[in-house]
Amino acid sequence: MTRRHVFFAAVLLVLLALPLFLDKYALGIFVMIFFYAYVGQSWNVLTGYTGHISLGHALYIGIGAYATTFLAQTFGITPWIGMLVGGIAAVLIALFLGFLGFRFGIRGVYFVIMTIAFAEITRLIVSHVEALGSFSGIFVDFNPSFWNFQFRGNLPYYYISLGFMLASLVAVHLIEISKLGRFMVAIREDEEAAQALGVDTFRCNMFAIAISAFMTSLAGAFYANYIYYLHPNSLFGMALSIELILRPIVGGLGTLFGPVIGSFILTPLSEISRAYFSKGGLEGLHLILYGILAILVVLFMPKGIIVYVKRALHPILGTTNAE
Amino acid sequence: MLRVEGIDVYYGDLQALREVSLEVNRGEVVAVIGSNGAGKSTLLRTVSGILRPRRGQIMFNAANISQARTSRIVEQGISHVPEGRQIFPTMTVLENLEMGAQFPRTQKVQQETLAQVYAIFPRLKERRSQKAGTLSGGEQQMLAMGRGLMARPALMMLDEPSLGLAPLLVSKIFEIIQHIHRQGTAILLIEQNVFHSLKIADRGYVLENGQIVLSGSGRQLLENPHIRKTYLGL
Repeated sequence: MTRRHVFFAAVLLVLLALPLFLDKYALGIFVMIFFYAYVGQSWNVLTGYTGHISLGHALYIGIGAYATTFLAQTFGITPWIGMLVGGIAAVLIALFLGFLGFRFGIRGVYFVIMTIAFAEITRLIVSHVEALGSFSGIFVDFNPSFWNFQFRGNLPYYYISLGFMLASLVAVHLIEISKLGRFMVAIREDEEAAQALGVDTFRCNMFAIAISAFMTSLAGAFYANYIYYLHPNSLFGMALSIELILRPIVGGLGTLFGPVIGSFILTPLSEISRAYFSKGGLEGLHLILYGILAILVVLFMPKGIIVYVKRALHPILGTTNAE
Repeated sequence: MLRVEGIDVYYGDLQALREVSLEVNRGEVVAVIGSNGAGKSTLLRTVSGILRPRRGQIMFNAANISQARTSRIVEQGISHVPEGRQIFPTMTVLENLEMGAQFPRTQKVQQETLAQVYAIFPRLKERRSQKAGTLSGGEQQMLAMGRGLMARPALMMLDEPSLGLAPLLVSKIFEIIQHIHRQGTAILLIEQNVFHSLKIADRGYVLENGQIVLSGSGRQLLENPHIRKTYLGL
């Protein structure tokens, strides 16, 4: 156990010291690695641990981003508060979606379709609301200060996104060892058996979707104040919903470190190949690379790359009790 | 102890149970037999609150539980061991068992109950830190039953515990059911294995097309010509 602590402390130190050796571009890649690890972890709570597939998680990113920006630009409310408001809004929508799905037994592909529909409906609504910039989106005013959650250069974003990722790891670890976490896994493995044992499956499902939506929406607030431009198609669209689930799937669904490992592999691949291919006029080719990688992982490592990472780290970490 | 009074249960528009009434008294083993699709599992799922009756009511110790949540029903002492060994495959045997004891009443005595379960199923103790998905079919059935016992039920409902097991294991499972019964738990048993279940049952009901068509003591039913012809092929 102490060996593992030393290992994690070492990794953390490396991550904390890394910006000393990185240029702006590399820092940006790391920000995206942490960002997608965080979002993937948030999605993992609902789909990886509880087993309900959501293909509409961009919805919560969009709500977080738009709520934070709208409150900041219209009422001058700091994003630090705005993101909590966005989080609450995301939770309310998620609970409504969850209520329909979990109370009325909308499961499997029908649940998936419902998550897509919610995201698409919201995308269309936002596209038509003048106050939210409608089709042309919103440019976020840039007034760098801690209070405004806006900073010059990538360095502050590096540490904030790293903090987000670490916080999500702690939060999901706490869920994992809690009673709720046990129940969520039981629901994933066999919902009816869990119910027959007296697990209040409806409540657990509602908790899972609410936690997942809240966490995801915070990433939206980060996105708004990092990218500085919100567009309904990119924030509520299918592309983002799919993008954000690839990392936990490749890394290892329903595992604590799966989304992180997946993000460390896929995000640099995506960023570098996108930059490389668009120079040669081959925009979009990185998506094909992605698709191929996802297929390979599903075919040959259905439990994710984490299995191999654990095996490789076995000499350092010793036996693990999880997985 | 358990009184089901004239329940009608539907899946959407499809009626699965018609005016089904039955009773389980304290200390009894009651068997419900019937062919595939007769509504046996539906009956258990309704008693444990997974499905709701559209008409009729279900009384447990003088309380009406027809609209109660499953968690309340389990807490009050009805434990449902679902069909097809629905265990949690990536959890260990011990974690599976712990899932069965999650109410304050059962958690307080969890270690004691665990020891009792291990005494009944020594195999589960040997395999306690193994993933449940790696157990054999018979062991998974034992785990499902052990998990049901962790809730310290007054009434245990078993859905096809012998399904898909080798004959030797079937006898073993029925022995264990009798053992659990002798320790003071009433049993409501749903089975396709008519011979075995009627032999250990105090009373039995025959369910056909969602209706109770026959009832009587286990012995009476075993001698009934309709049952001998339809279910035992004699």
